[in-house]
Amino acid sequence: MGRYIGGRVVSMIITFLIIASLTFFLMKLLPGTPFNNQEKLTDTQIVQLNEKYGLNDPVAVQYFNYMKNLFVGDLGVSFQQDGREVSTIIGERIGASAYLGFQSIVLGTIIGLFLGIIAALRHNSFLDYGTMVIAVLGISIPNFVIAGLMQYWLGVKWGLLPVAYWDGFAYTIMPTIAIASIVVATIARFMRTEMLEVLGQDYITTAKAKGLSSTAVVIRHTIRNASIPIITIMGPLVVALMTGTLVIEQIFVIPGLGEKFVNSIMTNDFPIIMGTTLFYSLLFIVVILLVDVMYGIIDPRIRLAGGKD
Amino acid sequence: MEKILEVNDLHVSFDTFAGEVKAVRGVNFHLNKGETLAIVGESGSGKSVTSKAVMGLIPNPPGRIKQGEIKFGDRDLAQLPEKEMQKIRGSEISMIFQDPMTSLNPTMTIGKQIMEGLIKHQNMSNSEAKERAIELLKLVGIPNAEGRVTEYPHQFSGGMRQRVVIAIALACNPRVLIADEPTTALDVTIQAQILELLNDLQEKMGTSIIFITHDLGVVANIADRVAVMYAGKIVETGTVDEIFYNPQHPYTWGLLGSMPSLDSTDEELIAIPGSPPDLLDPPKGDAFAPRNPYAMQIDTEMEPPLFKVSDTHYAATWLLHEKAPKVEPPAAIKKRMQGMAPDEPIIGAKDGGKHV
Ligand SMILES: Nc1ncnc2c1ncn2[C@@H]1O[C@H](COP(=O)(O)OP(=O)(O)OP(=O)(O)O)[C@@H](O)[C@H]1O
Ligand code: SF4
Ligand SMILES: [Mg+2]
Repeated sequence: MGRYIGGRVVSMIITFLIIASLTFFLMKLLPGTPFNNQEKLTDTQIVQLNEKYGLNDPVAVQYFNYMKNLFVGDLGVSFQQDGREVSTIIGERIGASAYLGFQSIVLGTIIGLFLGIIAALRHNSFLDYGTMVIAVLGISIPNFVIAGLMQYWLGVKWGLLPVAYWDGFAYTIMPTIAIASIVVATIARFMRTEMLEVLGQDYITTAKAKGLSSTAVVIRHTIRNASIPIITIMGPLVVALMTGTLVIEQIFVIPGLGEKFVNSIMTNDFPIIMGTTLFYSLLFIVVILLVDVMYGIIDPRIRLAGGKD
Repeated sequence: MEKILEVNDLHVSFDTFAGEVKAVRGVNFHLNKGETLAIVGESGSGKSVTSKAVMGLIPNPPGRIKQGEIKFGDRDLAQLPEKEMQKIRGSEISMIFQDPMTSLNPTMTIGKQIMEGLIKHQNMSNSEAKERAIELLKLVGIPNAEGRVTEYPHQFSGGMRQRVVIAIALACNPRVLIADEPTTALDVTIQAQILELLNDLQEKMGTSIIFITHDLGVVANIADRVAVMYAGKIVETGTVDEIFYNPQHPYTWGLLGSMPSLDSTDEELIAIPGSPPDLLDPPKGDAFAPRNPYAMQIDTEMEPPLFKVSDTHYAATWLLHEKAPKVEPPAAIKKRMQGMAPDEPIIGAKDGGKHV
């Protein structure tokens, strides 16, 4: 297992470097420049700014400097916010995003598992169909539509919850629901399929033939085995969540990383865009690794295949 | 002899979109204490459904026991509520299944899987159950049992897994063991070992066994009596000798004719022509008639009753009716029947200790 993880970490680092390089060159292809005169700068000021941030250097030199700085953890400074460190900005912003993401995934997973299990145990019943309708809606309605509807009804019409902003728990409820809806839907559907699959397995018959109660069969033999593969979709799900948060943070005016990211794209603030992209990529790569390792720990078949130690 | 289990007029149906599949249509048999009864028949003849009905494991929906009784002691298992059935399953009647590769939970140690039944039925503590699990593993011939209780199924070979499955089934000393094609998925040498193990264990524990198979060769090695099943009914029952040397039903002839024997190389196997009837709409008369070269007028109109051949031997074929023409089994099968004299190697493991 140790060697396996070691190998994975090396390939993670390579992946990360490739992503960093790609991001850099893609950034160069973006139309517009950081100082496109929204701020009514004079021509000389623009020249000075370009010089100051090294934007006049040949691309190769810029790339070299960028990668060099990256190695010492320096993501550069923001063009717009007068030289503030990108890493500081990410640090300030990550709190709200992480809180929102975590709350959504925990809530969404619990509800999703619950619905999936119920649907499978009541296969082909009204409950089953009802759950699956919810799941399909959750996947097919974009979360910004859900967000908009909630803002209108819960926020404006009925005044139950604050419409936007970030100032205490009440402010987290609507964005959490908007983000969690996709988690609930994905996990409910996946869990239902897995449960039905496991319920049809021979070893479930063996368990029943031992005289176990149906509760014991479901809890000890079915749910446990059905939830193992759930871990495999957690990676992609976290990505979906991260992109989902971009929009949701914008809609609810939440001072998170996503909101910053979207705004920096609007203003061509290259260092912020790159820094955030790299941060998201790193997060994603780590999540995937964690998922694989966790899968190995939970599933004895893989635990062994990965090497005994 | 004491009857331990008696099935009377059992009907089991499945309600499917296409209609009612009459999988078991009036099955009668009994199991004596300490004996092995083999149920043989082609695929789809209802062997598994019958055994699942005894275990109370017919999935409902779509399945249901339509009528009949399953007498076990003074109880009728067909009527028993699920809670009561759970107390019997795994403790008084156990079952082992065809495919050892899929019948164990892949994410639970085999020790835990054996212990579950013990904890449930015998109120054992965890440590008592573990001790007993190790004992059972030794009993079924798994080397290094102490070390292996904590291993997972994928760390065992197919034959070893089937031994584990047998250990699970025998954990609580059941009075009846139903083995549904327990050797079909295994290769021949392992098959012989498992059969030997079952014979041994039966001797030690006095368990009565219902052994389901479509392989008559296996029957000779393990059974005392045989019930031949066709299209949801038992068409002939008798002792092993009666079924092998004096078969009465043309379907049994067919089964014997399609059974390879080891000593002969040039003999061709005679497959039974046609295929079993559609149980959605079973034919009138004898279900075997369309495939039966000896079928008579009456066979397409009326089902044959069980005719008595001897005290232990019954067959449901009109050929046994006094007015029926005298029909001899096909020459090839007669030759086979004679070829299988009692001292031939294919028979005898049960009492003589000879193996295929
Ligand atoms: N869940 C079910 N739903 C519908 N029909 C079923 C179901 N289970 C069994 N049957 C039907 O019952 C009939 C008998 O099946 P069964 O499994 O008892 O056959 P078998 O004799 O055990 O055959 P095999 O040798 O292949 O195991 C088959 O025609 C099958 O289609
Ligand atoms: S009853 Fe008729 S059709 Fe059925 S096996 Fe006997 S002879 Fe053949
Ligand atoms: Mg079967």
